[in-house]
Amino acid sequence: MLFMRLELRGITKRFGSFTANDAIDLVVEPGEIHCLLGENGAGKSTLMNVLFGLYNADGGEILINGESVHFATSGDAVRKGIGMVHQHFMLVPVFTVAENVILGFEPTKSFNRIDYATASDKIRKFSEEFGLEVDPDAIVEELPVGIQQRVEILKALSQEAELLILDEPTAVLTPQEIESLIKIMKDLAASGKSILFISHKLKEVKAVADKITVIRLGKVVGTGLPSDSEEELASKMVGRSVNLQVEKSPHNPGAPMLEVKDLVVRDERGVTVVNNISFTVNRGEVLAVAGVQGNGQSELVEAIAGLRAVESGTISINGVRVDNASPRECLDAGLAHIPEDRQRDGLVLSLSVADNLVLNTPRAPQFAGRGSRKLQAVRENAERLVKDFDIRTESVDAPVGSLSGGNQQKVIVARELSRNVDVLIAAQPTRGLDVGSIEYVHKQFIRERDSNKAVLLVSSELDEVFALADRIAVMFQGGITGIVSPDSTRESIGLLMAGITEQVNV
Amino acid sequence: MSENKPSIWQRYLSANPVTISFLAILLGFIVGAGVIIFSSADVLHAWSQIFNSPGGILHALKVTFDNVGAAYRAMFTGSVIDPTTFWHALSTGSGWDAALTPLSETLTYAAPLVIISIGVAISFETGLFNIGANGQAILGGIAGTAFGSMIHLPMFLHLPLTLLCGIAAGAFFGLIPGVLKALTGAHEVIVTLMLNYVVAFFLLYSLLSTPLQLPGQANDLSRVILPSAQLPTFFNTATTLRVNWGIVIAIGVVAFGWWFLNRSTMGFDFRVTGANPNAARASGINPKKIIIYVFLISGGLAGLAGVVQVDGTTHSLDGGFLIGSAGIGFTAITVSLLGRNKPINVFWGAILFSALGVGGRIMQAETGIPLDLATIIQSAVVLFVATPVMVQEIFRLREGTVHTIQLNTKGWGS
Repeated sequence: MLFMRLELRGITKRFGSFTANDAIDLVVEPGEIHCLLGENGAGKSTLMNVLFGLYNADGGEILINGESVHFATSGDAVRKGIGMVHQHFMLVPVFTVAENVILGFEPTKSFNRIDYATASDKIRKFSEEFGLEVDPDAIVEELPVGIQQRVEILKALSQEAELLILDEPTAVLTPQEIESLIKIMKDLAASGKSILFISHKLKEVKAVADKITVIRLGKVVGTGLPSDSEEELASKMVGRSVNLQVEKSPHNPGAPMLEVKDLVVRDERGVTVVNNISFTVNRGEVLAVAGVQGNGQSELVEAIAGLRAVESGTISINGVRVDNASPRECLDAGLAHIPEDRQRDGLVLSLSVADNLVLNTPRAPQFAGRGSRKLQAVRENAERLVKDFDIRTESVDAPVGSLSGGNQQKVIVARELSRNVDVLIAAQPTRGLDVGSIEYVHKQFIRERDSNKAVLLVSSELDEVFALADRIAVMFQGGITGIVSPDSTRESIGLLMAGITEQVNV
Repeated sequence: MSENKPSIWQRYLSANPVTISFLAILLGFIVGAGVIIFSSADVLHAWSQIFNSPGGILHALKVTFDNVGAAYRAMFTGSVIDPTTFWHALSTGSGWDAALTPLSETLTYAAPLVIISIGVAISFETGLFNIGANGQAILGGIAGTAFGSMIHLPMFLHLPLTLLCGIAAGAFFGLIPGVLKALTGAHEVIVTLMLNYVVAFFLLYSLLSTPLQLPGQANDLSRVILPSAQLPTFFNTATTLRVNWGIVIAIGVVAFGWWFLNRSTMGFDFRVTGANPNAARASGINPKKIIIYVFLISGGLAGLAGVVQVDGTTHSLDGGFLIGSAGIGFTAITVSLLGRNKPINVFWGAILFSALGVGGRIMQAETGIPLDLATIIQSAVVLFVATPVMVQEIFRLREGTVHTIQLNTKGWGS
């Protein structure tokens, strides 16, 4: 089969009483890059899982080249020419590229021996045809993430996919890798393959799409073209007008508040993950730590928050040494911490919103006395914060686990900012949040900065880094490859994120 | 957001924790009835004869209901109230002893069970599994008996100090797994489980060695706690009513447990740690300290339960003290599960389980059905409580808050 026209008609998928996809119509023409734009939880992934045969739709039909098809399993979908590149790669790390690509569809010689030669040739052929540049004999775990993703694409292509579904493919890539992915996608489309590209990032969508379908709350709310402005697309996605620019006053740094010197941190396996890092965050500024996930940012934050042992070097908050201090001592020294994994480190999901809002200050004099908690005061505090920070909850007594992700994050932000301390560290504070909540959280951070606090922001979203930072520190493999001004270009920061320092004027 | 709120009645029929608990108890009794049917020769014989006579089925049904009814009637009249004797007492003014004995017995047995269950519930709520409550209770009983029987003091000092001895011994015995876990990470389930054996043999040893053994005795029997250290009964000792101040202490412990878990700052730390140890650490709670405190409090309450058990009823120890089916430390685990670690619910759970035990003995005496039936019902109840989704399915309940019914059944990352 060559060229595929895919049509979804009225696809509906319910989970209990919740409708994840409500009568979704979508057409992907051959050779088209079709973007599915929507916030987290809008139903994008559900729709793709229906299309890929992982879920059974409750209503509607899928048509390929005008013919109605039914996928009971993902195998059916693959046989009909649909390939999926998952957000989390489904590769065997210790296998070679070739072994991974043929896994499950092994070409065999006599006596059922695997025909590696044919496999390698096939991969080279595809690799050249689409400019993928993948060595079939490389071991997957030794490849950079961007190349691993190409292996996934190769795998789909080798199964004769005519339509590729890419589920949030850019989350784990550096800007340069994103660019080459976009080029690959365009080449694929030019050769007649159809691509369904799922994302909530407006820039990429605009860069790559031929056509855009926006879904919100499980429904198609509109279509767009790449020529539409980011604001227009964002408004469709959120359902109200949004302001993507963060207003902030000029950078006017004060006294140093958080000082990190020669810091070395090891992970559980004894591998050095933070390697000799030094930086200072001053009053009235946001220092953003950029970098691809997994380059030591998480461990850096944990070390500052007292959650991870420091091998050598010093950390001080407002002049108080807190390296290897307990989390309590760090909090008392004036640290507010918005942890990366909010459900693991930031919240107790079974406890109420009110309790979570005093999670690290239950003994503050206004909330407790003589061993007893003042529940009335805790409630009043919660009611005030819920109002001030616009936390959407049934009541302050509702378990925090019943809130949406964005509102859960607001609970943490409200708690940490209301403690009114001098140093705020936030790790990936807007991950998984909708555009509206991101906008809100960003405003709060800038307010903190403008009220003369020191803010350390760790983020792998470059947009966020550029929007908020006064200075940008880029981390690569545990070290800082450069501290640059936010006026630097994306490209120069991208190079630093890849560990290349020569071409950059720091 | 508030589109048609469910009515109160609908909420009762939805799968909320209270409804589930009651239905679980009901199901427990149904399972018990099944066991009675299949273990009673009369019933089985009646069913085997249904084709031999025209009214066979009716007869078999009658025999079945008679047997099950007799068993549960005996259980009820033996543990709560017997209408016959109660009416007799009411109409003649005499015989109140007999009328109130079932209730008195239930409360007597419930007192230590309530106390130890609160201790276990506190440890469960913190995500730690104090499986050694029984051992801690035994040591509490030994310490209390030793102090109460060998030291001579006026009552206002002797009684509280005896109870305090029990608490201290239980707390000390809880401290061992607590410290081991905090410092070395030793798994508390293994340590507490093994310490139960240590203390069981220590009990036998101390009952057979000079200081504690009843002088002139060759059997494993302890000295008797002096009257100045005994928990006073509510009624004079000439009656059969054994109910004593233990139940008042138990209610006090329930009040303490409620305050501790719901109102105190330390209890808040405990609950945070139990529900999410990572968040607890990030919020500045020191998990090592919490582990040690949990075992001190849980062990202390277990020790108090042990001393209340001996000091309120037998006033002396024997080799069977809290061993085997009397091991209230193990019953406490199921009571805590039934009450989902909420002190007030745990209290009613303990009362129910005591009633089952007390009533079971009467049932055994009157109908010949073994006491083990009570244990079967208890186990079935806990099984149903632990599987709320099953109960919801059986009774076709509306979707409710059933997903919020969860038990802390995982330890601290080990």
